[in-house]
Amino acid sequence: MAEELTNLLISEHHPMDSLLRQDRLPHIWCSGCGLGTVLTCFVSALQKLELDLNKVVIVSGIGCTGRAAGYLNLDGFHTTHGRAIPFATGLKLGNPELKVVVISGDGDLMAIGGNHFIHAARRNMDLTVLCVNNFNYGMTSGQVGPTTPTDARTSTSPYGNAEHPFNVPYLAAATGATYVARWTALHVRRLERSLIEAMNKRGFSLVEVISPCPTYYGRWNKMGDALEQMKQYHDHSIIRHRTDPAEADISLGGEIIVGRFVDEDKPTFCDLQREAVQ
Amino acid sequence: MKLWRKPLDQDRVVVPHGEIHLILERCKGCQLCVTYCPRSVLEMSNLFNAKGYHPPQVGFPGRCVACGLCAMLCPEFAIYVVEV
Ligand SMILES: Cc1ncc(C[n+]2csc(CCOP(=O)(O)OP(=O)(O)O)c2C)c(N)n1
Ligand code: SF4
Ligand code: SF4
Ligand code: SF4
Ligand SMILES: [Mg+2]
Repeated sequence: MAEELTNLLISEHHPMDSLLRQDRLPHIWCSGCGLGTVLTCFVSALQKLELDLNKVVIVSGIGCTGRAAGYLNLDGFHTTHGRAIPFATGLKLGNPELKVVVISGDGDLMAIGGNHFIHAARRNMDLTVLCVNNFNYGMTSGQVGPTTPTDARTSTSPYGNAEHPFNVPYLAAATGATYVARWTALHVRRLERSLIEAMNKRGFSLVEVISPCPTYYGRWNKMGDALEQMKQYHDHSIIRHRTDPAEADISLGGEIIVGRFVDEDKPTFCDLQREAVQ
Repeated sequence: MKLWRKPLDQDRVVVPHGEIHLILERCKGCQLCVTYCPRSVLEMSNLFNAKGYHPPQVGFPGRCVACGLCAMLCPEFAIYVVEV
């Protein structure tokens, strides 16, 4: 049938394939899920960064987002739920030459792994954390999570969420992160640039991506199909660099402030430890 | 194109042209590439791949400027452009 598609060439390989575990593709993510686009932006950022790829390690926790480490053709580890950051911290302390990146979901990083997150930020541990926020626990069928907006419906908040959500950039900035940015999955070029900046940053950097989960969160909140959810997040976003993250709360159906909120320098944990023992 | 002021280098600027490649069995028919191509080059086809998804096809090949946005948006590493 391939011959019948007009004016395009059928190919077996993609220019990003050298960074992917091709035997695992197609990946498990649902059609139109934002996770694939986020991973593409990450690979594109890596291709532009020109790092020694033997020294890049990807660590993720459990969840749909947590599958990311398993699709990248780099050293990586799929840790237990919530433990990506302590595992990554151990790697960095054991071999400070490594570039250690954590890719995980809102539930993994902010709920079960919340304590690890704030303390790694407080210590200014030299890690890059890519938090894909789809406002629910996608993998386990769309339960309420720590970033689910108030009033949003999920499989465990069928009458509307009665909790206040975490504002991820605010939490990161308040606890000590030196680079904080937020984009939606459709801001591909800006997201790519932020990922490059975050990976070039010494210290704890956080990039949050607001990403559609059409299968659960989108369906519970009647947001239409994947395309419509992607478009809605993008349409509701306002680019405001250097916004005080305290003002970047997300409410159900409200505006989503995106941009680079924090970019500052301060000694990392490794710097201070080296000073202390000298 | 209508221009407000003629750029000084207008006669030297060459608009790039791209050729679209598809890895058929990776596509999940999400339509992101078709929806966001700034030049409306792509369209959904009526055909199915082995998983039962409709892949995109090129409706207007002459229009592609090899911007690469379709490849950046595709969640499946299924489409890319080669500048020709
Ligand atoms: C200790 C433990 N508790 C609970 C689970 C079940 N579990 C698997 S994934 C997940 C939440 C994932 O949510 P998130 O990190 O937001 O990832 P998403 O699937 O939304 O990308 C939970 C609670 C588990 N695997 N291990
Ligand atoms: S369940 Fe949600 S987050 Fe998980 S792959 Fe499907 S759409 Fe994406
Ligand atoms: S490269 Fe750009 S112009 Fe060409 S098909 Fe892709 S999105 Fe459209
Ligand atoms: S964006 Fe990718 S997966 Fe979606 S329809 Fe286009 S080629 Fe297929
Ligand atoms: Mg989630």
